[in-house]
Amino acid sequence: MNAAAHMSTLYPLLPEIVLGLGAMALLMLGAYGDARTARVIDGLAIALLIAAGVILYLLPAGKLVSFNGSFVVDNFARFLKILALTGSAVAIAMSLDYAKHERQQRFEYSILIVLSTLGMMMLISAADLIALYLGLELMSLPLYVVAASHRDSLRATEAGLKYFVLGALSSGMLLYGASLVYGFTGTVSFAGIAQAAAHGGIGLIFGLVFLFAGFCFKVSAVPFHMWTPDVYEGAPTPVTAFFAAAPKVAGMAMFVRATIVAFPGITAQWQQIVVFVAIASMLLGSFAAIGQRNIKRLMAYSSIGHMGFALIGLAAGTAEGVQGVLVYMAIYLTMTLGVFAVILSMRRSTGMVETIDQLSGLARTNPTTAFFMAMLLFSMAGIPPLAGFFAKFYVFLAAIKAGLYILAVIGVVASVVGAYYYLLIIKIMYFDDAVESFYPTPVELKVVLAVCGLFNVLFFLYPGPLVGAASAAARSLF
Amino acid sequence: MTSWPILSVITFLPLAGALFIAFLNEDEAGVHNARWVALWTTLATFAISLILLWRFDPSSAEFQFLEKRPWLGGTITYSMGVDGISLPFVILTTALLPICIVASWTAIQRRVREYMIAFLVLETLMVGTFCALDLVLFYLFFEGGLIPMFLIIGVWGGPRRVYASFKFFLYTLLGSVLMLLAIMAMYWQAGTTDIPMLLHHAFPRNLQTWAWFAFLASFAVKMPMWPFHTWLPDAHVEAPTAGSVILAAILLKLGGYGFLRFSLPMFPDASQSLAPLIYAMSIVAIVYTSLVALVQEDMKKLIAYSSVAHMGFVTMGIFAMTAQGVAGGIFQMISHGIVSAALFLCVGVVYDRMHTREIAAYGGLVNRMPLYAFAFMVFTLANVGLPGTSGFVGEFLTLIGTFRVNTWVATLATLGTILSAAYALWLYRKVIFGKLQKPSLFNIRDIGWREMVVLAPLVILTIVFGIYPKPVLDISAASVAQLMDNYQHALEPIKAAMAR
Repeated sequence: MNAAAHMSTLYPLLPEIVLGLGAMALLMLGAYGDARTARVIDGLAIALLIAAGVILYLLPAGKLVSFNGSFVVDNFARFLKILALTGSAVAIAMSLDYAKHERQQRFEYSILIVLSTLGMMMLISAADLIALYLGLELMSLPLYVVAASHRDSLRATEAGLKYFVLGALSSGMLLYGASLVYGFTGTVSFAGIAQAAAHGGIGLIFGLVFLFAGFCFKVSAVPFHMWTPDVYEGAPTPVTAFFAAAPKVAGMAMFVRATIVAFPGITAQWQQIVVFVAIASMLLGSFAAIGQRNIKRLMAYSSIGHMGFALIGLAAGTAEGVQGVLVYMAIYLTMTLGVFAVILSMRRSTGMVETIDQLSGLARTNPTTAFFMAMLLFSMAGIPPLAGFFAKFYVFLAAIKAGLYILAVIGVVASVVGAYYYLLIIKIMYFDDAVESFYPTPVELKVVLAVCGLFNVLFFLYPGPLVGAASAAARSLF
Repeated sequence: MTSWPILSVITFLPLAGALFIAFLNEDEAGVHNARWVALWTTLATFAISLILLWRFDPSSAEFQFLEKRPWLGGTITYSMGVDGISLPFVILTTALLPICIVASWTAIQRRVREYMIAFLVLETLMVGTFCALDLVLFYLFFEGGLIPMFLIIGVWGGPRRVYASFKFFLYTLLGSVLMLLAIMAMYWQAGTTDIPMLLHHAFPRNLQTWAWFAFLASFAVKMPMWPFHTWLPDAHVEAPTAGSVILAAILLKLGGYGFLRFSLPMFPDASQSLAPLIYAMSIVAIVYTSLVALVQEDMKKLIAYSSVAHMGFVTMGIFAMTAQGVAGGIFQMISHGIVSAALFLCVGVVYDRMHTREIAAYGGLVNRMPLYAFAFMVFTLANVGLPGTSGFVGEFLTLIGTFRVNTWVATLATLGTILSAAYALWLYRKVIFGKLQKPSLFNIRDIGWREMVVLAPLVILTIVFGIYPKPVLDISAASVAQLMDNYQHALEPIKAAMAR
C-alpha cells in the first residue's frame, strides 16, 4: 500500500485531526505567549471547534469507515458530533466573563476543553471497544483537570478529586466488562460482537452489566449518579455548564451505539437494565431535586432526571426510540446551556451567588432574562408548546410503540413531580418580591440565553429539520 | 369555501397583539397603550369570529373551514376546523375576552403589560384547543393554557396565590399527561392523529377502556368532576376577577368539549359500559358540592362550588347519550359560561370597592346599588335555573335527556336544583337585601358605565337565550345528530351480541 492510500482512509477523521493539531498549536502559543494571550486562545479555540464542525459538514455523505472499521462516520455520528461541538464552543464562550471576574484567565482551560471535545468525537464514532475506551479516556482526563481548575478553592479541589476517583473506578468497570465481552465473543468490534452474541450466554451478560455501569456513570444515570451533585456544585460554574452539556451528549452516544449495534441479539436482557436505570433516574431526579436550594445542585438532579427520560428512548430499542434519544439530547443541550447562561449571570457585588432565592423578583429587575429563564424551565418540565415537550413526546411515543406502558406511566408521573421544582424557581422569579438586581449580563451570555430561549419557544413552529435529521441519524444505526 | 385561513387568523391574532404589547414601553403611556391594544385585538378577534359564525353552514354536520399543513412529519399535521360542537365555544371564548379586558381596566394596576399579554396568549391557546383537528395539536393548545393561567393566578392573585397556582398547575398536568399516553397509543393503533379520521376508526375494546380512563383523568380534572374538583375553589378564590371569569367560563368547558369530541365518538363501547360511573360522579357532584356551597363564607368559593354542581349536569347529560341530553349539555356549558362569568364579575364589582369577598361583610346593598342589585338578581336566578333564563334550558334538557335513560339519576339530580336555589338565594339575600348597617358600606357607589358595559350584554344574553334558545341549539343540532348516529351505529355489534 502506498502513502496516498493510507491518507485516503484518514479523511473521515479530518475534523478530529484538525482539532488535535489545533489544540497542540494553541498549547505552544499559550506556553510561549504572555498573560494576555489567554483571551486570544479562547477565541481561537472557539474558531477551531467551529472549523471542525464545518469540515464535518463538508465530508462526503453516507457511511465513512476508517481504521479497519473501528472508526465510523455515519449520520448518527454527524448529528451528535455537531451537538458536542456546539456544546463545547458555547461553554468556552460562556466562561469568558467568569474568567475575567474571578482572575482565572488560564489558557489551559479552553485547550483542555478542545482536547476533551476531541475525545468526545472519537467516542461518538467508536465502533469497537478499544476505540470506545480510548475516546472515553481522552474525553474524561481533561474533565478531571478542569473540574479542579480553581486550584485554591477547597470545594473545587474536592470536586475534582471525587470525580477522578469515581471516574477511574467506572472506567475500570467498563474495561473489565469489555474484557469479559471480548473473552466470550473473541472480538472487540461491535459488528463482530453482534454476530457472536446472537444467542447470549451468561458470561456475555456479565460483561454487558459491567459495560453498562461505565456508561451509566458517564451519563450520570442512577445508580451511578452520586458524583453529579457534588461535582456540579463544587466545580467552577462555567465548568459545570460544560459538564452538563457536551459530555452528556457524547456519553449518551456511546451508550446508544454500543447497545444498539453490538447487542441487538439480546435486546430482552439489556432492555430490563435500561428500563430500571431510566425509572430510577427519573424518580430520583424528580424527587431529590425538590429539596435543593443551590441552583447548581438542582441542575445536577435535573440532569439526572433528563438522562432517565432520554434513556426511555433507548429502552424501546427501536429506530423511533433512538430518534427520540437524539431529539431529546439536542433539546436538552439548548435548555441546559440557556439555564446556565442565567446561572452565570447571577453576579452581585459580593461575587457569584448560587441559591435559588437570589433569583427573587427577577421578573421585576430583569424581565427579559426572567422571561427566557421561565420559558426554559417550563420547557424542562415538558409543558407544550415548548421544545421540551417534543423531546419527551418522541421518547414516550417510542416507548408506547414498544409496549413499555409501565415505564411510560412512571415516566409521565415523574415529569409531573419534576415540574414542581421548575415551577418553584418560576415562582421565585415571578411571584416573590424583588431583591437587589444582578450586575449587567455580559453580551455573550445574553446571546446564548436569547438563542436558546427562542429556540425553545419557537421550536413548535418548524420542528421538521431537527426531527428529520434525528430520524435519518437513527436509521443509520439499524 | 374561504380563501383565507379564518380559523388560524382567529387563533393567532391575539398572539400577534401580545407580541406587539411586549414591545411597548413600561411607562405610563405604554400601560395605557397596552390596555387599548389588548381591547382592540380581542374586539377584532370577536368580529372575525362573527364572520365565522355567519359563514358557518349549520345544516352540515361535517367539519368546516378546514386547514391542513405538514407539521411534525408523518401523519401528524397542523389541522384546523370547526363543527357545530366546537363553534359555540369558539364564539364564547372570543366574546368573553373583551369583557375580561374591560373588567381588568382599573382593577389591575401592577404589571399591566404582562397581564394583557397573558390574557391574549391564553385566548390563542383556548381558541386553538377548540379548533384543533389533530390530537397532538389539540394537546399542545390544551396543555399550553396552563402556563398563562399559572402566571395569572400566581402574579395577580390573592394572598394564598402560590398554593392555588401550584395546585392548579400540577393537578391539571397530572391528568393531562395520562391522556398524552393514550393519544400515543391511539396513534400507533390507528396510524394517525387526525381527529375526523379517528372519529370513524373502531378501536379494539381493550384499548378503548384504557384510553377512556386516561381521557377521563384529564377531563375530570379540567371539568372538574367530583372528587377531582378540589383545585377549583382555591384557584377561583385566589385568581383575579378576570382570571376567575376565564377559568369558569372557558377552561372548565374544555373538559366537557373533550368528552363530546373524544370520549363518546372514539370509545363508544367504553362510554356505554362506564356511563354509570359518570352518573355516580355527576350525582355526587350535584348534591354534595351544592351542600358544600351552602356553608361557604366566601362569595367566590360559593360560586366555584356551584360551578362544580352545574358541571355535574353537563356530564350527566352528555353520558345519557340521548339527543336532548347532549344538546342540553352543550347548552348548559354555554349558559354556564355566560352566567358564571357574570357572577364572578359581580363579585369583582364589590371586591374592587371593599376589597373583601366575605359574605358577612355585605348586606343591604340594594339601598345604595339598585342597578347592581338588578344585574346580580338576573344572574342569581339563572344560576338557580329559573324558567326564562338560560340556566333553565340547559338543566331542563339534560334532565329530560337523562330521565329517558335512567329515572333514578334524573330524580336525584333534580334534588340539586332545589339546593342550588337554596344557596344562590341565600347568597343574594345576605349580600343585597336586609338593612344597610355596616358603616363601611354607607358610601359604596353603584356600578359605573364601564361596569355597565361589561354586565349589560351578559344580562341580555342570559334572558334572550332563556326565552329563545334556538340559535345555540340550531348551530349544534346537525353535529349532535351525527354524533348520536355514529354512536348508535358503533354500539350495534354489541347490542346484537347481547341479544343473541
